[in-house]
Amino acid sequence: MLHNKSFVKKTKGGKVMKQVREHYLRDDIYCGAPFCTVCDSSGARLSASPSTILVVDTNVVLNQIDLLENPAIDDVVVLSIVLEEVKNKNMSVYNRIRAICSNSMRKFFVFSNEYHRDTYIKEMSGETKNDRNDRAIRVATQWYQNHLGGAVKVLLITNDKENKRKASEEGILAETVESYVKSLVRPDLLDLLVRPASEDVDMEEVEDLRPSKRKVIYSEHKPMSEITSGLHRGIYHQGKLRVNRYNPFEAYVGSESIGDEIVIYGRSIMNRAFDGDIVAAELLPQDQWQGVSSLSIAHEEDEDENEDVHLAPNSADDAPRAVSQQGSSEQLNAVPSRPCGRIVGIIKRNWHSYCGSLEPMPMPAGNGGIAHALFVSKDRRTPKIRIQTRQLENLLDKRIIVAVDSWDRQSRYPSGHYVRTIGKIDDRDTETEVVLIENDINTRPFSSQVLACLPPLPWVVSSEDLSNPIRKDLCHLCVFSVDPPGCKDIDDALHCHSLPNGNFEVGVHIADVTNFVHPGTPLDDEAAQRGTSVYLVERRIDMLPKPLTEDICSLRSDVERLAFSVIWEMTPEADIISTRYTKSVIKSSAALSYVEAQARMDDSRLMDPITADLRNMNSLAKKMRLRRIERGALTLASAEVKFQIDTETHDPLDIGMYQIREANQMVEEFMLAANVSVAQQILNSFPLVSLLRRHPTPTREMLEPLLQTAAAVGLHLDVSSSKALADSLDHAVGDDPYFNKLIRILATRCMTQAVYFCSGDLSPPEYHHYGLAAPLYTHFTSPIRRYADVIVHRLLAASLGISKLPSVFQDRLQLTSIADNLNYRHRNAQYAGRASVELHTLIYFRKRPTDTEARIVKIRSNGFFVFVPKYGIEGPVYLTKAEKGSGEWYVDDQQQKIKKMDGSLSYSVLQTVQIHMEVVEPQPNRPKLQLTLI
Amino acid sequence: MEYVSPEGLRLDGRRPMEMRQIRAEIGAVSKADGSAIFEMGNTKVIAAVYGPREVQNRSQQISSHALVRCEYCMANFSTGDRMRKSKGDRRSTEISLVIRQTMEACILTHLLPRSQIDIYVQVLQADGGTRSACINAATLALADAGIPMRDLVTSCSAGYLNSTPLLDLNYVEDSAGGPDVTLGILPKLDKVTLLQMDSKLPIDILENVMQLAIEGCKAIANYIREILLANTKQLEYRRGV
Repeated sequence: MLHNKSFVKKTKGGKVMKQVREHYLRDDIYCGAPFCTVCDSSGARLSASPSTILVVDTNVVLNQIDLLENPAIDDVVVLSIVLEEVKNKNMSVYNRIRAICSNSMRKFFVFSNEYHRDTYIKEMSGETKNDRNDRAIRVATQWYQNHLGGAVKVLLITNDKENKRKASEEGILAETVESYVKSLVRPDLLDLLVRPASEDVDMEEVEDLRPSKRKVIYSEHKPMSEITSGLHRGIYHQGKLRVNRYNPFEAYVGSESIGDEIVIYGRSIMNRAFDGDIVAAELLPQDQWQGVSSLSIAHEEDEDENEDVHLAPNSADDAPRAVSQQGSSEQLNAVPSRPCGRIVGIIKRNWHSYCGSLEPMPMPAGNGGIAHALFVSKDRRTPKIRIQTRQLENLLDKRIIVAVDSWDRQSRYPSGHYVRTIGKIDDRDTETEVVLIENDINTRPFSSQVLACLPPLPWVVSSEDLSNPIRKDLCHLCVFSVDPPGCKDIDDALHCHSLPNGNFEVGVHIADVTNFVHPGTPLDDEAAQRGTSVYLVERRIDMLPKPLTEDICSLRSDVERLAFSVIWEMTPEADIISTRYTKSVIKSSAALSYVEAQARMDDSRLMDPITADLRNMNSLAKKMRLRRIERGALTLASAEVKFQIDTETHDPLDIGMYQIREANQMVEEFMLAANVSVAQQILNSFPLVSLLRRHPTPTREMLEPLLQTAAAVGLHLDVSSSKALADSLDHAVGDDPYFNKLIRILATRCMTQAVYFCSGDLSPPEYHHYGLAAPLYTHFTSPIRRYADVIVHRLLAASLGISKLPSVFQDRLQLTSIADNLNYRHRNAQYAGRASVELHTLIYFRKRPTDTEARIVKIRSNGFFVFVPKYGIEGPVYLTKAEKGSGEWYVDDQQQKIKKMDGSLSYSVLQTVQIHMEVVEPQPNRPKLQLTLI
Repeated sequence: MEYVSPEGLRLDGRRPMEMRQIRAEIGAVSKADGSAIFEMGNTKVIAAVYGPREVQNRSQQISSHALVRCEYCMANFSTGDRMRKSKGDRRSTEISLVIRQTMEACILTHLLPRSQIDIYVQVLQADGGTRSACINAATLALADAGIPMRDLVTSCSAGYLNSTPLLDLNYVEDSAGGPDVTLGILPKLDKVTLLQMDSKLPIDILENVMQLAIEGCKAIANYIREILLANTKQLEYRRGV
């Protein structure tokens, strides 16, 4: 049966057009109940004999998704109109409800009510879209009740008072979420409930009876229409809020309209915005703008003032004001000011689940009742969250997850609800899981469908593999691998031998992961979703199952393994004469660590074939490296940390900076060459659907902090091109042995992030990789731990005619979304790795207070940031609590110095200082490494 | 965007293998020798056939077979955006040529030497798949005019979105940017007389999509045959045979 839906739509150009869309109604949509005698029950998802079937409305799904994810909620019918509304309002909740509906263990059924002949309703005149949707939900609920007869109760779950009233009038059973959950007699489920916003209204009504009214702490958010018109007129500026991780009262809004960042300073001016929210900001008058160095590092103690706050929500105090340090008037006039503003509205919230713990508090008198508690997030950028719970005594020593519900003007803190418990505080596994949850990393074991995709074990190269015409037998070559010590997932191996004409044949052999991970399989989907392996200090979260990463794919020594090879013919001057690619079988002769490889190259007494090959490759690599640096490649540095772990207790025994050797650089050079060659090959074959990697050129504005610091120490850096910058960095030498490394670390901080992209999305000049000075680059050499490399392997195989191009590459949008997911996963893996390092640093120093030497890398008005080369640690040092007097300090921005007012003391950037490091816990359950001056 | 939901329903409620509602009417233009209106969902096309008749421009006369001419246009009101389309724009010319070649391949032109057959096709409502609807309308009009044909030409479009082959794309699906295959076949002879495609498809998926389009064409052929049969019975009744 055909119906026509027509509506009027406004186009971008402002024209008004009538849209007519077909809408077919059908009689083959079934109810999903297996006991129904009328419907086809092949697709039924509900229980065989349920007592109650729930129909949820849109707001229930939007607000109570944590409750729906709990296994206690079952036999739920989700209407297609509800899914459509949820999709339009909140994509992440939509994905979660879709995951529940497609989970075969849950009894959630999607009923397409909009296409069912009996449940489709037309919009009545004067009826709003929301009312029409509510009516559709009621009609579908009524249909279910009539359809299933009296054997089962059909219950509409809604928190909408009007909807509930109309349902009762029409004879439909309806309940609120809270009353239904209470009827289940499960206290833990009640904690999952999101408190409705109307409860605050009730609280406000009660408050009116008291003599003193509640204080309003925050300004009202502007309505969206006012924000929109303000943005058009240029009064407001839109951008994403980024909170300073060291000072939660300081934030920035990146704004395109004024081309600069707006500084948001102070909690009330931040006006209930969270880190990551899209906000609208209004500029303050210019005389209220503060100098750059007036921004300070907030002490943990600043937040301690909040201890005075009562936990009950009906109490409100003035928010503490962070006091900005005042310098002399001459200095303030000289300091360039940055635009300051205040938040006038929230355009899009970035609320998600937060990890942390409850603030310690005295136990309430009653036991088992609802208690109010303050949740403190692990991330300082997140404010405390007020929750209610019945399990207070159980949760006080646990890490928990909390979701935010709302934030009123009268509340200092947002309101939220408990989601689940992770584990005990200070337990290493618990803290590691907090790190993984906060970075959205999937740690679930691989499912049985994924493991079913693996070949049977023990796996060996079969005669079919050897006789395959697309695969060359390279077992006769002397192949070896060089990797970090203890590495088991060996992605790459190398070989090199002389040719009769005096040239060298050099080969890079990469694990042939795509021979085992086929497109469209559950194993492939899981790997695509995980995106990359995550390397924490004490363990690795694999992208692929362990049998693949450590055995079948890993190019271990003395066993035959499948590989995908790039083989060059090179002159002794390291010019590439020809390149060929092939699938291959190799047998690695040695799995060396970097130290072992370096020792072989350095020991002139060793003359065996592997050592000779290593030396040849090293000389070739040096020439290649010189050529790359000549083209403008940057040698950047980062504070990488290495831990030595006790095998019994898993505690860190020692901590130090990662050492780069010639062997590292040699291997890196050939990996880069392989990536560049493969990028050229796949781009030639698939100009629109190649997966490449680019490093956008940083703007001068991004490099400004580096230039400023360099100027302060009398250094001039040329940033006109990557080659000019590379040359400047090479000439940056000082008395301090760490000077050059520190400059390179600062340069790294100013860089953009390298990203994956689909070649069809950008033009060739944008393909440039700034850091490597390569016009074209991709990732090919690590398919065991990066999904991007798996994709590139498939592209290369297709370009050689070895295999068919999977369907994902027919669709550029699909490849683009894969690239976006890979960028997201890659960044999160980096964050998780760093957080794991921080965690183990705390564990290490908790038992070892230490005095050591450090360098100043950044000046602030009340302190500075230092870098500790011995341990690779960076952190803030505060001056206001220094023993050497409690006078005022001011900042000389030009000279990058902080001076005492009486001139007796001063510190400048890159200066060496002595500091004391120990672990302190100024806030409960939030230990940190404290650095103080000696 | 989600064009096929996990429940297997498209945006308008169809399943991937289902066509839009088809309707046809013969004899819409009384002065034409043959005419028909063909609807595929909200796409509506009218076709008129004049001929066989004397060649108007004698220099174009062919002594051995009939001259087939075709003119395609879209009414100004056929889309949501009313705009003046000049006659002879590139798209109209291209579609006119496509329809002419397709029809010429199935008309037994050698039986009508030194004559001219004119086909006029106009789109009254456009909602995707206009090309296929025009071909179907022209076939019906030619049959109504009694032009001798090898077989009925029927046409249908198919696409590939969200990794699913879709039959008979509507406007929203057509605009999604995925591959779009337009197929014309002679159903009894089982021959392909028209194949056009946008974008790229691997060969095995193309075979799936083509198979789907073929089934769509055959379904349209059955429907057209029913319409012609009913029309013939009506004529038979009026003549009292």
